[in-house]
Amino acid sequence: MTILIIYILIFIAAFYIVKAVSSMSKSRDDFTSLKTVTFGDESAVTPNRAASIISVIAIFAIWGSFTGSKLTPIHVPGPFIGELSFTYTAVNSSGETDDAEVRISVYDVQTGEIPDKIDIEPGLGFALNDTAQIITYRSALVKVQKNDVGGKDKKYKVIAINGESILPSSELFIDNARVYMTAKGTLSLTPYKGWQMQPVWLPSPEAVWSRLTKIASEGYKNFSLFEHLGWSLLRVVVGFFAGALIGIPLGYAMGLSGWFRGWFDPIVEFMRPVPPLALIPLVIIWFGIGEQGKIILLFLASLWIMTISARAGVSGVNIAKIHAAYSLGASKWQIMRLVIVPNSLPEIFTGARVSMGVCWGTVVAAELVAAQKGAGMMIITASKFQMTDLVIMGIVLIGVIGYAIDILMRISENYLVPWKGK
Amino acid sequence: MKGLSIENISMRFDLKNGSSVQALKDVSLDIKEGEIITVLGPSGCGKTTLLNIVAGFLAPTEGKVVLNDQIVLGPGAERGMVFQQGALFEWMNVQQNVAFGPRMKGMPKAEQNEKVKHLLEVVGLAEFEDKAVYELSGGMQQRVALARCLANEPDVILMDEPLGALDALTREKMQGLVLKLWKETGKTILLITHSVEEAVLLGERLLVLAPRPGRVYKEYNLPFAEMGVNMDLREVKKSEGYSETRDEILSIIWEMEEEIMGRTDESS
Repeated sequence: MTILIIYILIFIAAFYIVKAVSSMSKSRDDFTSLKTVTFGDESAVTPNRAASIISVIAIFAIWGSFTGSKLTPIHVPGPFIGELSFTYTAVNSSGETDDAEVRISVYDVQTGEIPDKIDIEPGLGFALNDTAQIITYRSALVKVQKNDVGGKDKKYKVIAINGESILPSSELFIDNARVYMTAKGTLSLTPYKGWQMQPVWLPSPEAVWSRLTKIASEGYKNFSLFEHLGWSLLRVVVGFFAGALIGIPLGYAMGLSGWFRGWFDPIVEFMRPVPPLALIPLVIIWFGIGEQGKIILLFLASLWIMTISARAGVSGVNIAKIHAAYSLGASKWQIMRLVIVPNSLPEIFTGARVSMGVCWGTVVAAELVAAQKGAGMMIITASKFQMTDLVIMGIVLIGVIGYAIDILMRISENYLVPWKGK
Repeated sequence: MKGLSIENISMRFDLKNGSSVQALKDVSLDIKEGEIITVLGPSGCGKTTLLNIVAGFLAPTEGKVVLNDQIVLGPGAERGMVFQQGALFEWMNVQQNVAFGPRMKGMPKAEQNEKVKHLLEVVGLAEFEDKAVYELSGGMQQRVALARCLANEPDVILMDEPLGALDALTREKMQGLVLKLWKETGKTILLITHSVEEAVLLGERLLVLAPRPGRVYKEYNLPFAEMGVNMDLREVKKSEGYSETRDEILSIIWEMEEEIMGRTDESS
């Protein structure tokens, strides 16, 4: 919640700052700036690049400052690390009261440095001084009565902390910690946790990066990072091409023949809305958890999309083009090869882009269920060991690869079907 | 016998609700080789249906089309088509579009290229061989369509409102081009149009079709196409008889249109 509010504040502040800076620095004289009606004119809305850059920076800044990253200069308060102390007042069976000091060192287990035990004099009276060690973000019982003279007596009890009286099942705050007294009268101490996320929830950016370099050089679960990602990609590519290989001719047949269309329409229309993920259990039952099952799943994921896009490509051909080709003396086969196929390419490319996206999503999901290697397997295994840095690294890599696939498809689209949308 | 004859053509479309539409009734027309004929009529008079029958895309319910003593049974290379727009192949450049017909015939590459080069010069697109068709303006695209049609050396050129989507100025230029090509190539041309002016200017013979059922209402023999070959079209429009003819046909069309409107008003 806090993070969301901060994010919204950054959003608003950045907007006004960028606006102020850009209005100061230059007078824009391109055509769009001369338009008086821009609200509702979609063509006048261009992405503000400054906003994009700030957006990315803001995400990393928030991420860094809430995880205590070294990359960000400003951090939200982190957990208390160091020594804290308080005095408690106890009353013994004879009704006498005595004070003793407790000194506690709070340390971060992530750094691997366990501090030395604090030496403390026992002190005078029946209540003796204590020491304890607590790991950050944890709480611990501090059994102050344990070393006290008569501490096991029924009537012995702790009545005050730093002079403030405390009752069982109640809490009070001392510097950098919360002290809670259990129903049985034992003190439980929770050092101040701060606002930062624990690494197990969200590791810092550099932790993710160092995990990436580590996995990249050492591999994970018997396979290198390259192999994990490569296998996922390979499955996608094989499944996609298998789907395209069957789907495109099937789509053409459905677009050109009434018999084919009648025969396959119910099948295609029924299978199309079934999410590929719903097929995973059946595919596992039929084909097991090996490569075969995954490729068949991806094949099914892309098959219907490619079929429908090829069919749409054929149906979308302007009849004037077909008539023109016949009038120029083309045979059926020539019309197929020189008119219908090229005319359907833009639709097929759109289908291929959608299909690639679906396949990439499906392969990760399938690997989450069962796999020995692959991007999805990597993150699901890591999550079982609470290696959140690896999980985040995996998610980022999956996102980057998915994005790269889409860009690649778009580039090849521009190259292969430049007439699209013209 | 050389030439194109349309013999007693009727066309009925059966609708799904059981009724039927008589798109054409008993249309006959003899076209001599080398004639240019324009067909005019209000919307829904069956102009395009007639053209599609001649092209062989539709089979008439009655009657037949005979070209050079051969009954037309389907589309063929001897009847070239020029469409309003959207019939060029975007995945081919100008050169490949124009070469399409010769390529279908299996003409050698060198011969194809020579032919395309010549035709592009004729239609005024000599520099545009390698351009993509979607980079061209509407008028230029129609020039390519004309060249593509001519490259196939058809006996008859069928034009389905070829200039309908062009702006007025471009349209006028293209009308001149059509006349020029007609004279230079000596092809038989059957041109369908919405524009009375265009029909009067370009037709040696002008056919006015009446709707419901589509039939030949009136036929004119006009001198303006012949004049237009050597004269600026704007001059032709000033010549004697032009505006009278145009006005007469216009009022015929207007009457027909009004009758259609009236009929739909009653039915609604």
